[in-house]
Amino acid sequence: MKKIKVGLGTCGISAGGDLVYNKLKEEIDSNNLNIEIQETGCMGMCYEEVLVEVIDNGESSLYSNVTVDKIGRIVNEHLVNDNPIKEWIIKSKEISKEDEFLKNQKRIVLRNCGVIDPTSIEDYMLYDGYKAVQTVLKNIPCEDVIEIITKSGLRGRGGAGFLTGQKWKFAYQEKSDKKYLICNADEGDPGAFMDRSVLEGDPHSVLEGMMIAAYVIGCNEAFIYCRAEYPLAIKRLRNAIKQCESKGFLGKNIFGSDFNLNIKIKEGAGAFVCGEETAMMSSIEGKRGMPRLRPPFPAQKGLWGKPTNINNVETFANVPWIINNGWQEYASLGTEKSKGTKVFALAGKIKRTGLAEVPMGMTINEIVFELGGGIKNGKKFKAVQMGGPSGGCIPANMGDLKIDYDEIVSTGAIMGSGGLIVLDETTCMVDLARYFLNFTQNESCGKCTYCRIGTKRMLETLERITEGKGKDGDIEMLQDLAYKIQNSSLCGLGQTAPNPVLTTIKYFREEYEAHIHNKKCPAHNCAALITYTIDSEKCKGCLLCLKICSSNAITGSKKTVHIINQELCSKCGRCFDVCNLDAVIKN
Amino acid sequence: MATSEVQEKPSILDFKIELINKRHQSGSLIPLLQAAQNSYGYIPEKVIHYISVLVGIPAADIYGVITFYSQFRLKPLGKNLIRICEGTACHVNGAKSILSALQDELGVSVGETTEDGLFSLVSVACLGCCSLAPVIMVNSLAHGNLTSDKLKKIVKKYKAEEKYREAS
Repeated sequence: MKKIKVGLGTCGISAGGDLVYNKLKEEIDSNNLNIEIQETGCMGMCYEEVLVEVIDNGESSLYSNVTVDKIGRIVNEHLVNDNPIKEWIIKSKEISKEDEFLKNQKRIVLRNCGVIDPTSIEDYMLYDGYKAVQTVLKNIPCEDVIEIITKSGLRGRGGAGFLTGQKWKFAYQEKSDKKYLICNADEGDPGAFMDRSVLEGDPHSVLEGMMIAAYVIGCNEAFIYCRAEYPLAIKRLRNAIKQCESKGFLGKNIFGSDFNLNIKIKEGAGAFVCGEETAMMSSIEGKRGMPRLRPPFPAQKGLWGKPTNINNVETFANVPWIINNGWQEYASLGTEKSKGTKVFALAGKIKRTGLAEVPMGMTINEIVFELGGGIKNGKKFKAVQMGGPSGGCIPANMGDLKIDYDEIVSTGAIMGSGGLIVLDETTCMVDLARYFLNFTQNESCGKCTYCRIGTKRMLETLERITEGKGKDGDIEMLQDLAYKIQNSSLCGLGQTAPNPVLTTIKYFREEYEAHIHNKKCPAHNCAALITYTIDSEKCKGCLLCLKICSSNAITGSKKTVHIINQELCSKCGRCFDVCNLDAVIKN
Repeated sequence: MATSEVQEKPSILDFKIELINKRHQSGSLIPLLQAAQNSYGYIPEKVIHYISVLVGIPAADIYGVITFYSQFRLKPLGKNLIRICEGTACHVNGAKSILSALQDELGVSVGETTEDGLFSLVSVACLGCCSLAPVIMVNSLAHGNLTSDKLKKIVKKYKAEEKYREAS
C-alpha cells in the first residue's frame, strides 16, 4: 500500500502546501485509490517546498517544488501506474539530487520532523515516542538522570550554552513545596526558526523532554512560553497536550507512577526581552516583561518566588534521544566542550535556505558551501551573521572556524539560538549594524539607563553614518558607548546589544571609514550614498523603469534612452530591479 | 482544508466568560487581554476598567502592560491584518523595497489602517519564515519570496475576495 506525506510546516503552507494537500486528497478520492495521505512537518529543505513524499512498500520518492498543476501527473503516473516521474524526484533509492544537503547532517532534534504526522500521538509513539519518559519513571533515579544529561555534555540551546544537567541539578537541590518548569519557545532572534519547526513538526518530543525534566527537578506544573507570531506551533502544541491528557501521559499518576504534571501554554505578547529568563517569568506572572537582578537565580527564586528551571525548545527535544540512546552516543558527537548537534537556520544570500542539523565542530565553510550550496546569484561570500541581535558577523576569511560555543565567542559573536544568516558582497555591514541596533533599541525594556539611552545614541550615530553624515571620532564613540552599555545593563539584551556593531567594526572597519570619510557605501546599499543612472548604450527605451518609478523621476519615450532626474529620484531601486538589460547603474 | 482553516472569531460573551473564570488565577492578565483583543479586535478602554474591577489590578498597571507588549492595540484594526517581516533575512533580501511597495499599494504607512477599513499594516520583528524571505503574513497566512509584482497580486486577491463577499 502507498502512503503520501505532504510537508505542512509554515514554510510548506506558504509555498502552497495546503492547496497541494487538498488537491491530492481530491484526486485520490476521485480515482478511488486506497492511499493514506498525511501531513508532516518541515523536512528542512525549505528551498524545495512544497515537498511531497510517496512511500510505496517502504520505498520513498521525494518530489520537490510540487504545485497543484503537477498533481495530475503524479497521481496518474506514479500512484495509478507505478511510474515514478524521475525528473521531478530529488530523492529516492536511485536518485539523490540533494545529497550534499542531507548527507552531512545528523538529525537528533529533527529526527521526526518531516517524518511523522505531528498531529498524531500514535505516530510519535511508533518512533520510540514516550519511551524515554517511561524508562526514566520506572528505572532511573533523578540523580542518575541528572548525571546522564550532564555527562552527555548537552548545553542550553537557547544561546548562552549553560550545561543543562547543571541547571537541572540546581533546581533539583532546592527544597520547596512548589517548583516550576518553563519551556522557552519565545524564539525572538530575527533569523532563527528552528524552534518553530520543531514545535510544528514534532511537538511531542518537546513535551516528552519537559516531562523528564519536570520529574527530575520535582515539579508538577510546567509552562511553555511560545511567541504569538507562531500560530501553527501553538495549535500543534495545544493538540499534542490534549492528546497526552486523554492518554493519561499528562495529569495524575503518569505511567502508573506517583508523578503528576500539567503543562500549560502561555502565549507571548510580542516582546523580544521576554526571551530572557527573568523577564519571561515576569511576563508569565502577567506583568510587564522586565528582567530583574540575578542572584537570586531562577533555580532559587523564580516564577512566583518558587524554584524554576527554564530550558529552550531544542534542549528539551534532545533529552528523550539522550535517554534512549545513552549519553555516550551523544557525547561522541561534537567538539571537546560542545557536544552533540546543533540545528542551524540557514537564511540570507544562500542557495539552500532551510534547517540543517549538524554535529558541533563543523566549519562555517562546510555549512555555507557544502550544505548550503554556496551563495545565490554567483555573488561573493562576505560574512555570516550568527546569534541575531546579540551576536555578530564573522567574516568569510574566518570560514575555517569550527562551530562550537567557545570558538564562536572568541570571534565576538555568539552561537545564539542558531540563526545563521549568510551575507554577500551586496550587504552593507554598517547598515546591518544599524539594523540590529534599531531592533535592540526598540526592544529595550527601558529599565537600565545605558541600554535605554546608550543604544539610542549608538543608533543615531549609525544612522548618521549611513546617511553620509558621519564624522571623525564616530567609530571611537561607538566603541566607547558599546563598552559602557555592555557593563551597565542588567540582562543579556543590553549586555550583548553592542555585539553587532563591535564585530563589524572589528572585521569591516574599512567600510565604516568609507562611509565616514569618502561618503561611499562600498556595498552600494545605503540610499543616501548611491546614485542611479542609465547606461545610454544598453537602454533600449522599453519604458519598464519609467512606469515603475514612484517618484516620476524617469523621463523618456518608447525606443529613446531614458534619463533619471537625480533631484526627483527617491533611490528606491525599483528601476534597478526591473531592468532586464542591466542598463540601470547603481554607483 | 489541511491546516489553515479559518479561525472563528470568539464572541464578546466568550471573553466575558473567560474573564469570570480566570479572574482569580494568578498571571491571568495577559491571557485576558489576549482574549479581549481576540473578541473585540482591540482593547477598548471600557474593557480595561472591567478587567481592573474584576481582577483587582489598577487600570494604570493594566495600561502599562498593554503598552509594553507590541501585540496589544488600543485602536480597532482593519479587516485584514498585514504583518511585514523586518527580520534579518528579510532585511538583507530587500524587505525595505517590499515595504515601500506595500505602502504605495495600500496608501498607508506602518501602523495605519486603510480608509476603507480593509487592511491594517504593521511591522514585526521576525515571522520565523526566514527561508522564504522577504515575507509578509496576511492574517495567519504567510506569503514568501515576494517581489513587488507578487505583492500587488496578493493585495488584489484580498480586495477581490472582499468585493465578492459584498456582492453575495
